[in-house]
Amino acid sequence: MRHDPKIARVGIYVALLVFALFFTTPLYVVVVTSFKGLDELRRGNLLSLPDAWSAAAWAKAWSSACTGIACEGLRPFFLNSVKIVIPAVTLSAAIGAVNGYALAQWHFRGADAIFTMLLLGFFIPYQAILLPAAQLLGRLGLSNTIPGLILIHVAYGIAFTTMLFRNFYVNVPSELVKAARVDGAGFFTIFRRIFLPLSLPIFTVCVIWQFTQIWNDFLFGVVFSGPSARPVTVGLNNLVNTTEGVKEYNVDMAAALITALPTLLVYILGGRYFIRGLTAGAVKG
Amino acid sequence: MVGLAIRDVHKTFAHIEVLKGVNIEVESGQFLILVGSSGCGKSTLLNMIAGLESITRGEIWIGDRLVNDLPPKSRDIAMVFQSYALYPSMTVRENICFGLQIRKVPRSEQTAIVESVSELLQISHLLERKPRQLSGGQRQRVAMGRALARNPTLFLFDEPLSNLDAQLRLEMRAEIKLMHRRLGKTVCYVTHDQIEAMTLGDRIAVMKDGIIQQFGAPQDIYDSPANMYVAGFIGAPPMNFISGPLEQVGSGFGLSIDTGPSRSVLKLPFSPGGLRSFLGKPVVLGIRPERITDDRGAHGSAGALIQPVPVLVDVVEPTGPDTIVVSQLNGKRVLSRVHPGAAPTPGKVATLLFDVSKAVLFDPESGTRIDASIEETSQRLASAG
Repeated sequence: MRHDPKIARVGIYVALLVFALFFTTPLYVVVVTSFKGLDELRRGNLLSLPDAWSAAAWAKAWSSACTGIACEGLRPFFLNSVKIVIPAVTLSAAIGAVNGYALAQWHFRGADAIFTMLLLGFFIPYQAILLPAAQLLGRLGLSNTIPGLILIHVAYGIAFTTMLFRNFYVNVPSELVKAARVDGAGFFTIFRRIFLPLSLPIFTVCVIWQFTQIWNDFLFGVVFSGPSARPVTVGLNNLVNTTEGVKEYNVDMAAALITALPTLLVYILGGRYFIRGLTAGAVKG
Repeated sequence: MVGLAIRDVHKTFAHIEVLKGVNIEVESGQFLILVGSSGCGKSTLLNMIAGLESITRGEIWIGDRLVNDLPPKSRDIAMVFQSYALYPSMTVRENICFGLQIRKVPRSEQTAIVESVSELLQISHLLERKPRQLSGGQRQRVAMGRALARNPTLFLFDEPLSNLDAQLRLEMRAEIKLMHRRLGKTVCYVTHDQIEAMTLGDRIAVMKDGIIQQFGAPQDIYDSPANMYVAGFIGAPPMNFISGPLEQVGSGFGLSIDTGPSRSVLKLPFSPGGLRSFLGKPVVLGIRPERITDDRGAHGSAGALIQPVPVLVDVVEPTGPDTIVVSQLNGKRVLSRVHPGAAPTPGKVATLLFDVSKAVLFDPESGTRIDASIEETSQRLASAG
């Protein structure tokens, strides 16, 4: 039996279109709902566009929705998240880059043991470190603070960032380090002058990944943060679970979108490098 | 003056001995070649000279300085790598300047050095390019330029030509030789290519299994190899090995040659000395392909040492200047080199002239040379007595 390639092609596109619709529908519902008023929602036309576009739900979610007793919206939580994410991502990427460079290019005593321990670091579930981490933060006097959360995220992220940079730098010919050593450069000079300029793609991957992980984290955020240090994920949870009277789905949807926007932005800005960096790390040559 | 001295150097990696007591000494300005097949330890030795690997035991001297405990940057060396190792994010100019910057050479001096080096290597028009915009040959030149800019006392080359195509390799080989003559600096050059070794070196160290098999001038190594490994490694096509029992012929020695259809005895010119103990025992006769030839190729040697032997020709391979004749002698493939005009017909018997004046004899078990060593021993005994 012979197949007509045109029919097959049309079939593929139809299937793709169906899948695309299927997966974008929830996002569509969230977006249109966030721009509707409560009356319109009550009418139950989940899929229709808003009759009158209104940003009131967004404004409320940002600055006046109640998240428990306080009614200041997501803004304080959002700012906490920014204060956590920026230093945590920067530090974990910087430490991971230097670690990865050392592991990939300098064959020091014990390098294999450290590498093995890092690999094991991947398999430790979050839940297993909650109690020891809480104790440690207590001893350091960092319990329920933003610096405490930064420390936890950096420590937990190092295994991943180190592996990422190691796998990237392992493909850099070792003769570069040899040549630079003969030229008279030391460990950090070689890193700064030769390895850093090559690292934009892998830094982008690292930043996207770490940003997403830390921004989206809920468990550490809910366990290790006091009232003044709660990140936006915890804020969203509190906002959605605080109901007095009518459930305001439009505010919930707007809050969810506000929470998700930064990661979306990071993907849009850095996505081009993301694939490139991932393949650069994974494929030799 | 000593250019580079390696004294009883050992290297052990995780209980595996890679270098087993290496001794090499060359004078200042000489071109030293470390040659051997992969895994012989030549690159390890080069890295140890550079200071990139530690020395387990022994001493390395560069000029009159013991450098065992000096880091690479203090050894006054420059190195050219097989992959060129150009810094990918820097331009050609920055690549050449990098080592100078680290050493805090004044900026005006840097500019002058870049200018003279790039002119010498004809890369002035490439200075603002990045390495990825250069061809293989251009990268090679930049790598050389980076080494030259530093003006060190010792140049190290780690198989610098093996990533180039054949044509470019010939060009760069000639250029390296010219550069060495012009600068007069000591060079240590690692290669697995015996032709590079022969053409470039003032001194060659042939290595195998972490041991120097032979150290000497290229022609001496070619004419008088210390053992079967060196004999087979240096020279292309390699030296022929014809095995058989050593026979008494008159007052001298001989070896029976069985070419299949016929048999003849080849008289050998070796002095009796201690060779007598090998009479009747298996030996290996080493004879270079150009010493088995036609009457046009075999001029120059004393007539008595040239003996005609009828040989059954298997295959004929013209190379242009010469034609290689392949035949089976004593059950082994033997190559000979004849003038193209005298090329025999495959499948027929042809008479080839065996010039045994430069033939050598090996012990098949140990592979060591038995004629020269014994001759030398008797000479030494004679001069001592």
